[in-house]
Amino acid sequence: MSRARASNGAARPAPRNRLRGLPLLRFASRFAAVALLGCLGALFAFLLFKGGPVLDRELLFGNTPSLDAILGLRPVWDGIWPALAGTLCLVLLTLCLALFPGIGCGVYLAEYAGPRAKALAGAAVDVLAGVPSIVMGLFGFTVILFLRRSFLPEANTCLFLASACLALLVLPVLIVSTREALEAVPRDLRLCAAALGLSRAARLRHVLLPVAARGIWSGVILALGRSAEDTAVIMLTGVVANAGLPAGLGAKFEALPFAIYYITAQYQSQEELARAFGASLVLLLLAGGLMLLASRLASGYRRRWAGGKA
Amino acid sequence: MPASATAAKESGQADKGPFAAFLAAGIALTGIVLLFAMVIAFALPAFRQQGPGAVLAWSWRPYQGDFGILPMLAGSMLLALSALALAWPLAVLLLCGMLPRGPAAAGRKGAGLRLRRLGADLLPWAIRLMTAVPTVVYGFAALFLLTPLVRRGLGGSGLCLLSAALVLALLILPGMVLVMEAGLAPRLQRLCPGGLALGFSRLELLWHVVFPSARKTLLASALLGFGRAMGDTLLPLMLAGNAPQVPGGLTEGLRTLTAHMALVTANEVGGAAYDSLFAAGALLLGVNTLASVAARRLARCSEPGAPPELRS
Repeated sequence: MSRARASNGAARPAPRNRLRGLPLLRFASRFAAVALLGCLGALFAFLLFKGGPVLDRELLFGNTPSLDAILGLRPVWDGIWPALAGTLCLVLLTLCLALFPGIGCGVYLAEYAGPRAKALAGAAVDVLAGVPSIVMGLFGFTVILFLRRSFLPEANTCLFLASACLALLVLPVLIVSTREALEAVPRDLRLCAAALGLSRAARLRHVLLPVAARGIWSGVILALGRSAEDTAVIMLTGVVANAGLPAGLGAKFEALPFAIYYITAQYQSQEELARAFGASLVLLLLAGGLMLLASRLASGYRRRWAGGKA
Repeated sequence: MPASATAAKESGQADKGPFAAFLAAGIALTGIVLLFAMVIAFALPAFRQQGPGAVLAWSWRPYQGDFGILPMLAGSMLLALSALALAWPLAVLLLCGMLPRGPAAAGRKGAGLRLRRLGADLLPWAIRLMTAVPTVVYGFAALFLLTPLVRRGLGGSGLCLLSAALVLALLILPGMVLVMEAGLAPRLQRLCPGGLALGFSRLELLWHVVFPSARKTLLASALLGFGRAMGDTLLPLMLAGNAPQVPGGLTEGLRTLTAHMALVTANEVGGAAYDSLFAAGALLLGVNTLASVAARRLARCSEPGAPPELRS
């Protein structure tokens, strides 16, 4: 703060300088905002313009009848349905794997950890949050190589492995949001519950978790979005361009983000490219929708407990 | 799990709830440790190798037996730093537009003012939404929007350092703005009553007082942005051209460590090339771990005293 006061004092004898300096800053910041919004607007408009017209039944299923395609009775050759189904399976499986360790670890950090354990585990979670997604994929790849060399010679990259690596990727999101939601529960409420004689576990189960549920949900939805959009992890852990509907935990699979990348790299015709535009728009809408839902939940939660009033 | 059992005894509780939490924390931490152990164990033999075929060399010609990945390391660093140089000032400027919004302007009327407020309301919302845009969508759109512009303006193929850095800047921007906002907004809030009474505007308070006193938060956000830029795979893969060289200018292609890893696994060049894959992964892991540890230290130093917590 001492430096702050010094600069404050230094600024005061030269008000004219300050008056001349800040309009520039004002202008620059406004310019930056307009430029950014312009860039984003161009991007969304471009995707809508190119991807909007192809957004129909044919984009999903191609020439195959819808019901047959959904049930997997007939393969879909020129639609993105297999990729979409693969992404949905991947996301759900990831969530199943990450939910317990993520929320549990968040609860542990917020409620049970001592100061030392908190610092250590908090640092570990921060480091995990900074690990690039492709290194997560590499981890899965090394696990398969290890299994092949040791006791499972026919192990191969598959849906389950990709989900496990994605679960590791979204773990920090879940942990941090659970922890923050619990730590934001007002002190009065904790005191009240303790004064009423509830045991620690009962307080957690009947007061803290229900109160923090909205915040935790928003973390879960963020994790969903993150696992739906990530491409680098699945590139190393078993995604392929043509697999049909995912056949099981041990099978290769298709996924929406990889389909976009693959078409961009290898497209032969304008129809294929149009499909990539449609797929991008679908992925963008999916991720954006999840994000909006999460931020609505989180802001409602914050408004409810702002100032410690219920 | 003996560690968690003793911890449970210390807290005086041995019922099911805490045990589940300990178990969950144990699983999560085991995952982290396993990740580091596996990647480093596979990378060590690659780093040990000397002479021809060593990974710490400046030439990548897999068919002649040269597996050097130093050009990719240089490319990653260069690309991340250029993206940061673009995005960090932009984030500071955006923050200058977002943070000092007070109720002061609300009473005044006028079409221009209303339009400006609409823009100011739109900005935080847009930045929140930007965090959700999938990387592959950025890359895909930039391939058809940005690269033709670069190709026409500067020549070459359009797949170069400049295109990749521009889009990467867009990718790391929202995260940095949100970190800065979380760190600086409470400081500005605390200064506001006194500072406004002295006759400063909110923007002046932010620029002259809050920014100089919050250098660590600003630096931490830069480190986080750098880590994010180093770790991204799809944008360099789609936009940077993937030539295994150290770029000499803005319009030259480059290959990053991440793109290299994706390309090697896609093409399966052979056994020795896999070694470079693990080495690249370990290098990335090292750089990003350093960045996040440093960012964490800085962020903690700059915290003005965390609120005391209730524990029973």
